Amino acid sequence: MDLNYTPEQDQFREEVRKFLADNLPDDIRQRVKQRLRPTKEMTQRWQQILFKRGWAASAWPQQFGGPGWDAIEQLIFEEECAVAGAPRQLDFGLRMVAPVIMTFGNEEQKERFLPGILSGEDWWCQGYSEPGAGSDLASLRTTAKHEGDHYVVNGQKTWTTLGQHADWIFCLVRTSSEGKPQQGISFLLIDMKTPGISVRPIIMLDGEHEINEVYFDNVKVPVENLVGEENKGWTYAKFLLGHERTGLANVGQWKALMNRLKELARESRDGQRPLIENVRFRDRLAQLDMELRALELTVLRVLTNESGPGPQASILKIRGTEVGQALFELLMEAMGPDAIAHIPDALDLGYEGPRVGAADAAPAAGDYFNMRKLSIFGGSNEIQRNIIAQMVLGL
Amino acid sequence: MNFNLTEEQQMLQDSLRRFLSNEYTFEKRGQIIHSGKGVDETTWRAFADMGLLGFTFPEENDGLGGNAIDTMLVMDSFGRALVVEPYLSTVVLCGGLIRDAGSDSQKAAILPAIAAGEHLMAFAHSEPGSRYNLSQVVTTAEKTGDGYVLNGRKTAVLHGSQANQLIVSARSHGDIADPEGVSLFLVDRNANGLTVRDFATHDGHRTAELTLDNVQLNHDALIGEQEKALPLIEKATDLAIAALCSEAVGAMEALNEATLEYLKTRKQFGVPIGKFQVLQHRMADMFIATEEAKSMAILAASEADSDDREERRRALSMAKALVGQSARKVGQDAVQLHGGMGVTDEMLAAHLFKRLTLINLLFGDADYHLGQVSDQLLAATA
Repeated sequence: MDLNYTPEQDQFREEVRKFLADNLPDDIRQRVKQRLRPTKEMTQRWQQILFKRGWAASAWPQQFGGPGWDAIEQLIFEEECAVAGAPRQLDFGLRMVAPVIMTFGNEEQKERFLPGILSGEDWWCQGYSEPGAGSDLASLRTTAKHEGDHYVVNGQKTWTTLGQHADWIFCLVRTSSEGKPQQGISFLLIDMKTPGISVRPIIMLDGEHEINEVYFDNVKVPVENLVGEENKGWTYAKFLLGHERTGLANVGQWKALMNRLKELARESRDGQRPLIENVRFRDRLAQLDMELRALELTVLRVLTNESGPGPQASILKIRGTEVGQALFELLMEAMGPDAIAHIPDALDLGYEGPRVGAADAAPAAGDYFNMRKLSIFGGSNEIQRNIIAQMVLGL
Repeated sequence: MNFNLTEEQQMLQDSLRRFLSNEYTFEKRGQIIHSGKGVDETTWRAFADMGLLGFTFPEENDGLGGNAIDTMLVMDSFGRALVVEPYLSTVVLCGGLIRDAGSDSQKAAILPAIAAGEHLMAFAHSEPGSRYNLSQVVTTAEKTGDGYVLNGRKTAVLHGSQANQLIVSARSHGDIADPEGVSLFLVDRNANGLTVRDFATHDGHRTAELTLDNVQLNHDALIGEQEKALPLIEKATDLAIAALCSEAVGAMEALNEATLEYLKTRKQFGVPIGKFQVLQHRMADMFIATEEAKSMAILAASEADSDDREERRRALSMAKALVGQSARKVGQDAVQLHGGMGVTDEMLAAHLFKRLTLINLLFGDADYHLGQVSDQLLAATA
């Protein structure tokens, strides 16, 4: 047992750090450091830069164009990227659909879809949730009827994050109503340009357009876009959710937030003294610093477990999102009254109008509101507790 | 970076756990607690035979050259079995102090005797009113021609009455909380002027209150450098904190196992109560809290031997605070989930709860250590 990084790991961290210093464009870094949402162009430009370096998909094996890093190297890479102010890479392609295609897809699907995910040219979104199927995902009702060489898809998906930008959507669809609800589900890859698909925005409580409803009206999907076997989609769906969960601990991003909180505590005033001298504020900061350390070590323990993370990944989802939410809350409170003004334009690229407080005060309250989603999506934290109770504890 | 035990560590843990579950049963423990002495000599000798008592001592002093990670394994197993013998006092605190600061002759006289199971020791540092402030020492050490004379009172001396020898802190210079001016002394249990009052603790251990009334010591009673003992006391405290964190994790794991068993067997409304979601989620939270505490206990063990004072103390405070919070949650919830049975003295769960509660009160509770982390944040910005 040794919590020290090896000299090779330290050297790897230096290499990543240097690469980021040399290659992360300033406009992107500044935007991310102010916690403003990077544009689609920025996300794709950064993905291209990583792609050219061979670091486009930290978790992928080499045979598919990944760097072949182990769990520790992946975490080092993600942490350094987050702390440097790199945009978060898009999970939907890289961490969600790609592992499913690698594991359950056929050779042709691997050749057809993986390169576009790696380079960032193809923007993917997730078609899981439906208006009537949230935590009870298997009750989904979008149908896909097998007719000759294609499926005809009808129904509605919702909470589709960044679906407005998407080229592709991976969908869970019902191909059979026989047996248990889990048994009639299939996993389809659908081109968003197919006739019959329409996307409508849902405005979130921060006033931003991040999520969408996606409607399918007699959408024809070629049968070669079915992943794996028909009616076996539930297996692939659960596999995907396991991968998603391990990515939700977000330690690197939370460290970047913690750094900013400490900086704010030093720099902002609380009457005649710096905010850091307010003992009640400082104790909350200390509590979070401690919880973040515990999260980081628990992530390392779970992800370096030789038998794989398994249902223990639910711990990371619960604690990762709880710590994240608490950080955003404290950040908003650190801004104090500077956080109350709602200036949507200040979130746009090139805004030079009036502001209240620090440059990153503008998104503080909106982020707090927005981040309530963390404990709801990816399987709500209550569902994660069910998983722990049933799969780990055997209740 | 790895979290794996070596083959030897794994074997040791397995054999220690096997020994404890066969020989150190709940009933046996009850007899030990209610005996006059409060510790069991046969068990202590068995620990000596297993090499546990000299685990962290140098090989030239009959030890095995281990470190705080090895202590973690031992304490984790002790936590599961609720061992009440004075391992923390004798091996971790006093053994650690002699190992780190003792003269060659002190090491040669004391460490092999501890390793052989023939010598019990206790650390007498806390005083009435000092709570967790390590630099506060009112007890005086007056220098005389042939040595020192000690006067004062000590409190929370774990296993003080069971020990043959004590390590006592006393001040010969400075104000009561001055970091300089404190020294450590070896004091025999039967020294003239030393009064030891023995108490049982709520969790089956023993504690003592000491009065030192003109206790005369020779020069060779001094441990380490005169008036420079605070860093040694901090280091020993950190070793004890790391050990207690691991003990707490062992106790939390045992408590979760006991609670889970209860949830699966106890029936109400015609079903095992573990079928109720409200209880499932509570149990899931106890499990998560224990896993996080375990992560921090590993951090504590990894840092406890470090000579980088700032980094070490910060890590140890984070660990003790988080373990304290987790232990409170797991302990209280376990009692709640056991229902009426949880508040009886017959259940293992109740005893684990009591031990976890007292661990929080030793060497700084969760609030104290959170305050330490918080104050370090302030110091880091200065």
